[in-house]
Amino acid sequence: MHIPDGYLGPYTIVATWLIMIPIWVYSARRLGRELRSRQVPLLALSAAFSFVIMMFNVPIPGGSTGHAVGGAIIGIVLGPWAAVISISVALVLQALMFGDGGITAIAANCFNMAVLMPFSAYYVYRLISGTSEITSGRRTIAAAIAGYVSLTLAAAMTGFMFGIQPLLHKDAAGYPLYMPYGLDVALPAMLIEHALGFSFLEAIVTALIFAYVQKADPSLLSYGRPSRA
Amino acid sequence: MDRTIKMMIGALAVLIVLVPLGLLATGETFGEWGAEEVKEKLGYVPRGIESLGSLWSAPIPDYSFPGAETFTESALAYIASAIIGVVVCAGLLYIIGKKLTAGRSD
Repeated sequence: MHIPDGYLGPYTIVATWLIMIPIWVYSARRLGRELRSRQVPLLALSAAFSFVIMMFNVPIPGGSTGHAVGGAIIGIVLGPWAAVISISVALVLQALMFGDGGITAIAANCFNMAVLMPFSAYYVYRLISGTSEITSGRRTIAAAIAGYVSLTLAAAMTGFMFGIQPLLHKDAAGYPLYMPYGLDVALPAMLIEHALGFSFLEAIVTALIFAYVQKADPSLLSYGRPSRA
Repeated sequence: MDRTIKMMIGALAVLIVLVPLGLLATGETFGEWGAEEVKEKLGYVPRGIESLGSLWSAPIPDYSFPGAETFTESALAYIASAIIGVVVCAGLLYIIGKKLTAGRSD
């Protein structure tokens, strides 16, 4: 779901940068306020995990390949604002150093994977968890569903960004200038391969890490709770 | 360093060793085609994809070094890329995190 250069036209590029710059600034502020010093190694490792997890391409029937992002578990454990910064760093490095995702599309890719994903995951997790115990199985299931929903949403938004390009930019002869496939193709393509494939992977990754943290150090799961020290 | 962090570093090391598994998946990713692939699909290359596609020359394009041809070479390049990614990501955020929490005791 790393949009390359040349697939998004100037309207979408400019709009996504205008949206992302204030989000990055505000996220950094929130992170500065909320981050506890014992969480610093966790924050550092979270970005590293996200980077590596995205390198595990898996095939799905139909000839397509994709990967999990790790955005859900980071949003749940460290909170969505920390996740914005953490995943953005991984995505920027992927674009600049490895050409994975375009540099003009950095803001779009960050919006989908570093904002939409951790925020939707965090709220789905909170909603399903309710007031259950930190170590409850209900929370593990909530984390899995959060992983599934968040990657599916990010994929849908990527498909939407792709799909509006032929509407926005055509040359004089009517040929698309950027992403050639419209909403009728791009949206279902992104949605179906994630909803039936990669989102399950994200759900499993999220639930496994969540269950491990529940066992090993449940005090790490206190983000967003009134009692946090 | 507490146990959870040690465990996570261990898990990360295992993932780095296993990362070449990610190379086994062959196939296209929707919306991430190169110019030639687009041409194959449509018979032409949209002008934006043609002109912007090569806007940026990444130092290690596609997590591979030039000349890496065999699976072993690609796998080593992929592992090296993962190590670079991990060190830069973790290092950068560690520094940012330390700065943000300077003087805090929790």
